[in-house]
Amino acid sequence: MTDMNTAERLLGDPPTRREYLRDVVASRDIGVVEKPLTLAQQIVNQAWLRKALILVVIAAAWQLYALHLNNPLMVPTFSATFEAWQAGIAGGDLLVKVWNSVLLLLKGYGLGLSLAMCFTALAMMSRIGNDLLETLTSAFNPLPAIALLPLAFLWFGLGDISIIFVLVHSVLWAVALNTHSGFKSVSSTLRMVGRNYGLKGPRFIAKILVPAAFPSIVTGLKIGWAFAWRTLIAAELVFGVSSGQGGLGWYIYENKSMLDIPAMFAGLLTVILIGLVVENLIFRNVESVTVRRWGMQQ
Amino acid sequence: MLQVQGLTLQYKTEKHLVTATYRVSFDVFGGDRFVLLGPSGCGKSTLLKAIGGYMAATEGAIALNGQPIRGPGPDRIFVFQEFDQLLPWKTVKQNVVFALEASGKLCGKDADAQAMRYIDKVNLTKFASSYPHTLSGGMKQRVAIARAMAMEPAVLLMDEPFAALDALTRRKMQEELLALWADTRFTVLFVTHSIPEAVLIGNRILLMSPHPGQVKGELNSDGSDPVDPASGRKLSDRIHDLLFADRIEQEEAVTHD
Repeated sequence: MTDMNTAERLLGDPPTRREYLRDVVASRDIGVVEKPLTLAQQIVNQAWLRKALILVVIAAAWQLYALHLNNPLMVPTFSATFEAWQAGIAGGDLLVKVWNSVLLLLKGYGLGLSLAMCFTALAMMSRIGNDLLETLTSAFNPLPAIALLPLAFLWFGLGDISIIFVLVHSVLWAVALNTHSGFKSVSSTLRMVGRNYGLKGPRFIAKILVPAAFPSIVTGLKIGWAFAWRTLIAAELVFGVSSGQGGLGWYIYENKSMLDIPAMFAGLLTVILIGLVVENLIFRNVESVTVRRWGMQQ
Repeated sequence: MLQVQGLTLQYKTEKHLVTATYRVSFDVFGGDRFVLLGPSGCGKSTLLKAIGGYMAATEGAIALNGQPIRGPGPDRIFVFQEFDQLLPWKTVKQNVVFALEASGKLCGKDADAQAMRYIDKVNLTKFASSYPHTLSGGMKQRVAIARAMAMEPAVLLMDEPFAALDALTRRKMQEELLALWADTRFTVLFVTHSIPEAVLIGNRILLMSPHPGQVKGELNSDGSDPVDPASGRKLSDRIHDLLFADRIEQEEAVTHD
C-alpha cells in the first residue's frame, strides 16, 4: 500500500484528455512500398549456390594440400582425381559399376520399405503387432548390417541375394522405427476427425496416419537410404565381386590393389556425389512438394 | 431427436477411475441450439465425446432418432476447439471434399459443388485453394464449420469451438454462426464455459455442476439476455448465481474436511 501511495505522490493523476475519432486512410491509397533485392542479394539467397561454393572451397583446399604434400600415392591432387573420374566415365567402366550398385540398392531399399510398411501397419492395428515391432526394432536396429554378411553368405551363397538381405536389414528397422514413432505422435484431434468421417483400418492409416506422420516418414526414408548406401559399398568392398562385374565398392578396392590411387579416389568421389544428388535433388524435392507445402516443416 | 437418459460416464486414468458425469438426462429437438454450460470439470466435453461415439456409457443410454449410438459416425459431426482439426496436407476445399468422400456421402463433382457451397457460406471462397497453415485461427475454425455443415449431419457437436480465438474474432464468429443457423436451421449441441456465449448462442441452456457432472437445470434463452420477471434479474446473472452457488458449497465442503 505504501508503495502505491508513493507512486501516486510522485506521478499524480493522469491528465484528462479530449476524446477524438477520425477517418483512416483507405489501404489502397497508401500503396505498398516494395523494393526488389539487389542481384547480389538474390544470388546469396540461393541455397544451392552457397552449398556449391562450400564444395568448391573444399576441392581447392584438397588441391593445395595435395600439391604441398606431393605424394600421389597417399593423396592424389583433386585435378588428377577428376581426370581419373572423367576417364572412368568415358571408358564406361565406372558407369557400369555405378549402375550395378544402384540397381542392387534399389532392390534392397524397395523390399526393405515394403516390409517396413507391413510391420508398421500391423503394429497400428493390433497390440501384439505393436509389441512385435518394438521388440524387433530395439533388438535389430543397433545390429550393424555388415555383421550379418557372413551369415548371409552362409545362407544364400555368394550373390546378389546375400547383399539384398543385408540391405533389407539396414533399411527395415530404421524406416519402421521412424514411421511408427511418427504414427504414434499424430494428434488425437486428427485421429478423432478421421474416425468421425467413418475411416477405419487400412483407409484410416492411408488417409490420416501416413500424411500426418509424413515428416517422420521422410526422415526414416533418408536414414534408411544412407544406411543402405553405406552398407552396400562396405559389402562390395569387403566381399568383392559377388556376381558379374561388381559395383562401386569393388571399383574402389580393385583400383587400390592396382595402386591406381587417383581412380580409387574417383570411386570415393562418386560415392559422395551420389549421396549429394540423392539428398539435394530427390529428398529435397519430395519435401518441398509435401511437408513444406503443408506447413509441417519450415 | 437426441435423447440422453440417465447417462453415467467413467474413464480410467493411471491411478483412478473418474466419474465424469452422473445420471445425466436431457432431450435435444430438431433445430435446437442446445448449449451445455458449466465450469471446467463438469464433464461437458466428456458428455459430447460420448454422444460422438468415442466413449461407451457406464450406465444409461444415448439415442439419435431412436437408434442407440454405437460408435463415431458421420451423422454426428464434431467441430473441435483445436486448430489442428484440419488436415494440413489438404487445401480448404480438399478438406471439405475429403469429409464428403471419406464418409461416402458424395463423390466427384457433387462433392466439389457441395464443398464450394458451404465454403461460400462461411465467406472463404477466395481461400478455397489455400493450405490451412496460411490461414488465421478464425478462418481455420470457419473451414472446420464449413466441413462439418457440408456433411449435413443430424446434429453438429461443437466443443468450445471459439475458445482458442481472440475476443474480437470470437464475437464475430458467434454472430456468423447465428446467421448460418438462421440460414439452414441445423441442430447443434454447443459446449462452452462462457456464460455470455451460452446466452447469445443457445435457445436452450443445460446447466451442469462439477465433480461429477450432474444436471442442474435447463433454461430457455432468446439471445437478448432478458430480465426474469419473477426474480427481477438478468438471465446471465441468474446463471452466474446458480453456478456460483456451487462453488460456495464446495468451498464449505473443503473446510469441513
